[in-house]
Amino acid sequence: MKEEYIFLSGNEACAEAAIKANLGFFAGYPITPSTEIAEILAERLPSQNKIFIQMEDEIASLAAVIGASIGGLKAMTATSGPGFSLMQEHIGFAVMAEISCVIVNVQRLGPSTGQPTSPSQGDVMQARWGTHGDHPIIALSPSSVKEVFDLTIQAFNLSEKYRIPVILLMDEVVAHMREKLKISTHDIRIYERKKVKLTQNEEYYPYKNEVSKVPALALFGEGYRFHITGLIHDQAGFPTLRIDEINDWQDRIFGKIENNLDEIIQYEEEDLEDAETVIISYGISVRSAQAAKNIARENGKKVGLIKLLTIWPFAEELIKKVSKKVKKIIMPELNRGQLVLEVERNACFGGAQVIRINRLDGKLISPKAILDKI
Amino acid sequence: MSINLTIIEKYLRENKILPTVWCPGCGIGLVLKAVLGAIDELNLNKNDIAMVSGIGCAGRMPVYVDFDTLHTTHGRALSFATGIKLAKPKMNVIVIMGDGDAVAIGGNHFIHTSRRNIELTAIVINNFIYGLTGGQFSPATPLDSLATTSPYGNIDQPFDICRLGEMAGASFVARSTVYHLKELQKFIKLALQKEGFSIVEALSNCHINYGKRNNLSKPIDMFNWFKNNTTLKDEEGKIKRGIFADKNIPGYYKQYQELIKRAKLCQR
Ligand SMILES: Cc1ncc(C[n+]2csc(CCOP(=O)(O)OP(=O)(O)O)c2C)c(N)n1
Ligand code: SF4
Repeated sequence: MKEEYIFLSGNEACAEAAIKANLGFFAGYPITPSTEIAEILAERLPSQNKIFIQMEDEIASLAAVIGASIGGLKAMTATSGPGFSLMQEHIGFAVMAEISCVIVNVQRLGPSTGQPTSPSQGDVMQARWGTHGDHPIIALSPSSVKEVFDLTIQAFNLSEKYRIPVILLMDEVVAHMREKLKISTHDIRIYERKKVKLTQNEEYYPYKNEVSKVPALALFGEGYRFHITGLIHDQAGFPTLRIDEINDWQDRIFGKIENNLDEIIQYEEEDLEDAETVIISYGISVRSAQAAKNIARENGKKVGLIKLLTIWPFAEELIKKVSKKVKKIIMPELNRGQLVLEVERNACFGGAQVIRINRLDGKLISPKAILDKI
Repeated sequence: MSINLTIIEKYLRENKILPTVWCPGCGIGLVLKAVLGAIDELNLNKNDIAMVSGIGCAGRMPVYVDFDTLHTTHGRALSFATGIKLAKPKMNVIVIMGDGDAVAIGGNHFIHTSRRNIELTAIVINNFIYGLTGGQFSPATPLDSLATTSPYGNIDQPFDICRLGEMAGASFVARSTVYHLKELQKFIKLALQKEGFSIVEALSNCHINYGKRNNLSKPIDMFNWFKNNTTLKDEEGKIKRGIFADKNIPGYYKQYQELIKRAKLCQR
C-alpha cells in the first residue's frame, strides 16, 4: 500500500483531491478566501491536458462547468459568499437538467461583501434553498484538512453517481489552516460516470423514468443527438406540460436522493453510548466541540459528539433517534442558528432539550463557551 | 418562402416539427432555414453539431433540430457553450440567442466570449424587442420605438451588436436580415468555417410584439422595412449589412494547446 504524507491547507487539499478525482475542467472567478484553489489548478491542470479557464464572473463560471460536464469532463468551480449568490440560478439548472458538477463555497462572513477574511457558517440555508423552486441538493461540510480531501472526492463521487450538483461548504479557517495529511491510495475510491448501454433498437432516454434510479447521461458528440433543457421535461428531455409526466419526473429527481440516504448521509459519532448530553456539530465548529467534549469527559461528564459530514440532505432519522436517548443537545454554529432549525424540528420527537450556541462576529466559538452549557 | 423538404427531413427532429412555438410568419423560422442550409452546404456531420441557446423565442430553436441540443438560461448560452467546446473541441458549437439574450442580460458574456475569441458560432436573432415576454424594449430597440415598457417612445440608445462584437475581438462578424435570406445563409456558412469566435446578426421580424406597435404589423411590412432601410454600402440613415470583421487570429482552444505545451515544459 502506497502512503503519502503531506502538509497542506484546506484549499490545497481541495485542489489535490479534485485532481485525484480526475477533475477535467475548472472554471472560476477569483474571490477570497477560495482563490488559492483556482491558483493551484491554473498551475497544475494544463500540463495534464486538462482545462483551467478564468471566466468573467461566477455566473459564467458555473455555466461553463455545466457545459464541460455535458461534454464528459468532471467539472468544478470554487467561490465564496458573493460568488455563491451569483451561482444560484445555475445550481438550479444543474439540478433540473441533472448535470454532475462540484461547487466549492468557502464561507466568509456575510451578507454582501461582509468580511472576506473571516470564517462563517452563514450559507448553510443558502446551500439548501438558494436557488428558486423546490429541489433536492447535496452539501458536505469538512472540519479538517483531511476531511476536505476526503469530502472533495466524495463530492465528485456523489455528483457523478446521482447526477446532481454537490456543494462543498468549507469556511475560511478550514480553507487556510495547515494540517498533516496522510493519503493512502488504497483508501481512495473514485466513481467514474456510468456509460450509456442500450440493447439493439432501444431508444435513449436521458431522463428515463425509473423510480430511484439515475439514468446514464450520454455525452454530447457521441451520436445520441438528445436535448437538455432547464424547462420541466419528459423522459426524452423535451419540455412537457403533461401533469403525469411532471409528477413522474418529480418523483424520480427527489426519489434518487431520498431513497438513497444511507449512502449519501455521512456522519461520525464519538462517546455516544452512555451520553446524557450530545454536541452536534459540523464544519470548523466541530473542533471546539471536540475539545469541549474531551474536557467534559475528563471531568466525568457523560458527553458525546455527533459530527455531521453531510449536512444536506439532513440526517433526520439520526437526530430523532438520538433525541430519545439523551437529555440535552448542544449545537454550536457560526451563524444565528441555521442547521439547528433542522435539529430542533427532529429533536422534538424524543424530547431532548436543544441549546444553541451562535457566533457571527468572525471569531470561532471557544471550547469554553460550549463547556459552559454542558 | 418555400422550404426545402430534404432539409426538413435531414435536420429536423421527426416528432417535433409542427406546430412550432413561434407565431405564424415569425422570422426565426427563416433564420433556422438559413442555418440548416449553411450546415447542409458544408455537409457537416449531425453528430458533430451542438446547438446551444438561451431563453426567448429565439432560444426555442434547438428543440426542433436533430443535433445535440442544449437550452440553457437567459443570457448565458455562450458560457455553457464555452464549456462544451473545451470538452468537445471537434464539435461545431452553434449558439442561438435573441437580442436581449445576447446583449442585455448576456452582454458581459458576449463581449468576453468575443475577447476570448473561442471557436463558437453565435447567431444573434435581432428582432429589436423582447419577444417571448410580450414586447418590452431591448438594448437593440431603436430610439423612439414603442414597446410595452416604453409606452412614450424608447429613450435608451441602442447597441450596434456587430460593432460591439468586432471591437471586443471576435474574428468574424457579419449582419444580414431574414429578407436577404441567401446572403444571411452565406454569412452563416462563412462563420461556420471561420476559426475563432464568429458572430452573425440576423435582423428578424417580430411583427407581433415589435411590428404591431410600430406600424409594421405584418411580416411583409417588416420585410419591406428591411429591404428599404438596410444597405451593403455606407448610406446615411440606413443599417449596414455585410461583413464587419474577418480576421485570421488563433482561437482560444488553439491557444490553450500552446499553453499546455508551455506548462509541460515548465513542469518538467
Ligand atoms: C434571469 C431571467 N430574467 C428574465 C427572464 C424572462 N425572459 C425570458 S425571455 C426574455 C427576453 C426575450 O427577448 P430576447 O432575448 O430578445 O429573445 P426573443 O424572445 O425576442 O427571441 C426575458 C426577459 C428569464 N427567463 N430569466
Ligand atoms: S413573439 Fe415575435 S419573435 Fe416571438 S414567435 Fe412571435 S413573432 Fe416570433
